Amino acid sequence: MIKSLVFLLEFLKGLWITAKHFWINIFFNFLKLIGFNIRDRGSVTIQYPEEKKEIARRHRSLHRILTREDGSPRCVACMLCMTVCPSECIYIEAEEDPNPEIQKRPSKFIIDLSRCCFCGFCVEACPEDALRMDTNIVELGEYNREKLIYDLNRLVRISK
Amino acid sequence: MFLDILIIAIKIILGISWLLTLTLILTWVERKESAVVQDRIGANRASILGLRVFGLFQPIADAIKMMFKEDFVPPFSNRFLHTIAPFLSFFFAVITLAAIPFGDEITIGSKVIALQIVRMNVGLVFILAMFSLGIYGIIIGGWASNNKYTLLGGMRGTAQIISYEIALGLSLIGLIMIYPSLELNEIVKYQGSLLFGFIPKWGVILQPLGFFIFLIAGMAETKRVPFDLPEGESEIIGFYTEYSGMKFGLFMMTDFVEVILISALVTTLFFGGWQVPYLYPDGFHFPWGGNILLNKWIVTVLQVLSFNLKVAFFCWLLVLARWTFPRYRYDQLMNLGWKLLIPMSFVNIIGTGLILILV
Ligand code: SF4
Ligand code: SF4
Repeated sequence: MIKSLVFLLEFLKGLWITAKHFWINIFFNFLKLIGFNIRDRGSVTIQYPEEKKEIARRHRSLHRILTREDGSPRCVACMLCMTVCPSECIYIEAEEDPNPEIQKRPSKFIIDLSRCCFCGFCVEACPEDALRMDTNIVELGEYNREKLIYDLNRLVRISK
Repeated sequence: MFLDILIIAIKIILGISWLLTLTLILTWVERKESAVVQDRIGANRASILGLRVFGLFQPIADAIKMMFKEDFVPPFSNRFLHTIAPFLSFFFAVITLAAIPFGDEITIGSKVIALQIVRMNVGLVFILAMFSLGIYGIIIGGWASNNKYTLLGGMRGTAQIISYEIALGLSLIGLIMIYPSLELNEIVKYQGSLLFGFIPKWGVILQPLGFFIFLIAGMAETKRVPFDLPEGESEIIGFYTEYSGMKFGLFMMTDFVEVILISALVTTLFFGGWQVPYLYPDGFHFPWGGNILLNKWIVTVLQVLSFNLKVAFFCWLLVLARWTFPRYRYDQLMNLGWKLLIPMSFVNIIGTGLILILV
């Protein structure tokens, strides 16, 4: 019986806390409604499609392939990213580059985003700094899986 | 004769629309209040032609969704009982509204109309009886679904409601000893008189312990968290596991209706019902002198408004409690009911009796 009474006391305390939250938040929400925004109180909700949270600088978002001054992709088809990728979602076919300094270039470079886990290993592995994940594009949802397969053209175009 | 039937019919329609509108609003309040308590905003996307008004259309969207869901009856279950259970549950909750007074009488021409659907001299007993009959919905629903877990939920619900029914009834005995009648309007009228000449004689002042027990037992009657053992989402899912669509919706609405009715009952029994302190049929008469005379229509509007405000306050409190507390374990629930609330109500009865003898 004593224990139950102690429970009840704690319950009243709990009610007091939630009621405090309620009235403080209602007060600040009301102030916001009539146009005062004194302190950032009331609710922590970010109303997503309309308001967006700022993306952190190191956030790993959609890949892009960087280009040289002449516009050709920097990738030399060394296959390191393809090898390191834990999800095996990169597919590269190499061909000879007319420039003897470069020797190789990708004829096909495909990232299948439906399998990518955004670990960023490919970016780490790349010796040419050809691949980066700093586009800040995170809304990648599609209705169609084919649309998630990004080829060389698409990856290059993103950086422009 | 015909006029009387017409008046009763209008009263029933008005009463039920009051209740159902409040139920819809309460589902919205439930979402919003939980959100505000947890520093969120809550559902605000439902809109009609881009008009959002704080998500007030959400209940309508919910209702439309419920109605268009498939109505599934599990195989090998008792189809008739399975169908009738939610209706029983809902019916016995709604019918208690009949005895609750919304205000005093109004006079139109020579007709005196009570703002109460039926004025019966067993009002309080009637309400308690109907509340207990409500368990049939739960136990039948649990049994007819042909599922172990629903049956467990139904039995838990029955055990819980029967135990709390005792505390609920006992907590009111003190009131019955004080009040002159079981008719709720008489009870409310009695609460209009003053104690020591200036304190309104509300039930909560005469019976604080009784109020406390009644509120807790009433919360248990509504079967919502902290006392949602019959549902118990995390272990047994509860007596409406096998219900879908609007039948499930009815069970859900029963909970909300019960919240409103418990609030209305607490208001009527302990917080002076439609009484406004110091407001008499011809206006305010303050005990420290000073009168404000008012038209009798204004007085009636004030009284109905005061009743609604008090009900709204208790709905708010019950929803707040629902979003504050974790669920009781089953043995704790039984302990609270049998070892704390019932002894406390006995203490209350004896104490009230002693005071009545001595004073
Ligand atoms: S981010 Fe990870 S999973 Fe995605 S392509 Fe790069 S290495 Fe593969
Ligand atoms: S690691 Fe860099 S250079 Fe090598 S194939 Fe991948 S993108 Fe091209």
